Amino acid sequence: MMRRGLIIIAMLVAGCVFFPTRSFASPSEEGGEINVQHIIFEHMLDSYSWHITKVGEKDVVIYLPVILYSKTTGWHFFSSRRLHENGGSYEGFYPAPEDGPHAYKLMEKMPDGSMVRPIDLSLTKMSLALLINGAILLLLFLPAARWHKKHRGDANAVPTKYVSFVEMLVDMVEDGIIKPCIGENYRKFSPYLLTAFFFIFTCNLMSLLPIFPGGVGVTANISITMFLALCTFIAVNVFGSREYWREILWPDVPTWLKAPVPLMPFIELIGIFTKPIALMIRLFANMLGGHMAMLVLTVLIFIGFSASTVMGSSMTVLSVLFNIFMYALELLVAYIQAYVFTLLSAVFIGSAQIYHHKKPKEESITNTDNTNN
Amino acid sequence: MSLLVPDSGLLFWMLISFGVVFFILAKFAFPMITKSVEERKTYVETSLNDAKQAKETLARVEDDTKALIAEANKEQGRVLNEAAEQREKIITAAKDEATAEARKTLDDARAQIQKEKDEAMLSVRREMASLSCDIAEKVLKEKLSDKDTQMALIDKMLEEVVKDGSLQQSRLS
Repeated sequence: MMRRGLIIIAMLVAGCVFFPTRSFASPSEEGGEINVQHIIFEHMLDSYSWHITKVGEKDVVIYLPVILYSKTTGWHFFSSRRLHENGGSYEGFYPAPEDGPHAYKLMEKMPDGSMVRPIDLSLTKMSLALLINGAILLLLFLPAARWHKKHRGDANAVPTKYVSFVEMLVDMVEDGIIKPCIGENYRKFSPYLLTAFFFIFTCNLMSLLPIFPGGVGVTANISITMFLALCTFIAVNVFGSREYWREILWPDVPTWLKAPVPLMPFIELIGIFTKPIALMIRLFANMLGGHMAMLVLTVLIFIGFSASTVMGSSMTVLSVLFNIFMYALELLVAYIQAYVFTLLSAVFIGSAQIYHHKKPKEESITNTDNTNN
Repeated sequence: MSLLVPDSGLLFWMLISFGVVFFILAKFAFPMITKSVEERKTYVETSLNDAKQAKETLARVEDDTKALIAEANKEQGRVLNEAAEQREKIITAAKDEATAEARKTLDDARAQIQKEKDEAMLSVRREMASLSCDIAEKVLKEKLSDKDTQMALIDKMLEEVVKDGSLQQSRLS
């Protein structure tokens, strides 16, 4: 193992030394200066077209439809190729500055010169990635479901390897997370939590795939994690039991804590919102952090080469080694974050499914047991 | 900064893709898979239980069989013992009978011998008597060639006969 590793490192070094003049022409490389923030933003933010790769001097790009609704000029529907041809602007829409809140998003220039964000329903890079990931999920589960439908009631049917694999995945989430966290009412929430787990897991894995259908960090985007957290919020609070709401509005605390100043109900109400917000931030920050770390490690190579060839070569070796480590770590994180999101969602949903409240004495006993363990 | 701003367009597309995937999977895939996995689980559980029960029954039957065989062995032993006793008894009885028979035969033979011996003795005695009579006759014939001697002897004899005639008579018969 050691020897093989050394050979790989030697080859990497040799590659760097013998082909140091290979240019990494990039729009971010303006006059030799490397704009790290631009590179990272370009990868992490959404975009109106999907830049796949560069063959020679030719960019391979998927131009996606731009759909805009302006309050003054109505609907606009055009290909993002127009934006590319016209230096980023088209039909009175201009990209927002990088340091603003809507970096690179199209803004409408009003007659008075102010920039207003129109309603933007464009099928962006991330939207397309979402659709692709959704399609992958359907392709993964529907054939297995069809097999089950075909062999319904036939207890002696032997599942194929693929069906067993899907069963294992579903069983892992349902038996490992959903059932123990929610309890007897789990059936109602199982489909949502399963979908959420596999959606996040698929998106996380696809974002690690460096070529076309993957490579888009959708779960590293706050809109996506916000949507998922919102779903959990709805599942927790809309389907919460009466007992759950009673515990929020009239918790089991000394009366002076809830009347006349509703201190505890206030804290509990805030808790309703902090839980999904924590879910949202956790997934977003974890995925963003991992991707950023890998991007920065990669950018280090360019920075190294902009300093000197030797520097660049040694940076390449270091960067590749660290990136391999980061990649392995991110694979782990891809699973762990999907797991954690589903687990916490299930715990929150389960905590809102209280029907028989335990006596305070019993509860205190179980609590001390838990802390002892 | 722009990283932290949610985008309505992306939310819309997320709603579509996640919503469609959720709807399809929740309606057609997950309930189907979980249900049939559960069914299979219960089937396997019941099968395992059945197998366990069958095993227990088998063990019980085996025990019963063993007990039966043990009992049969015991019975066989008992029967064999009884047969041996019976045999012993029969042999003893036969031996006793044979001994008694032999003794009886021996006794009979002895009695027969005794009787024959007695008879032989009697006939010998008779022979001896007649022989002595003959000898005596011859002796007397010799001695009693003259008349006087004859008469003297006759008288003497007569006297003797008269004296213990009855005795002599019984001995000769």
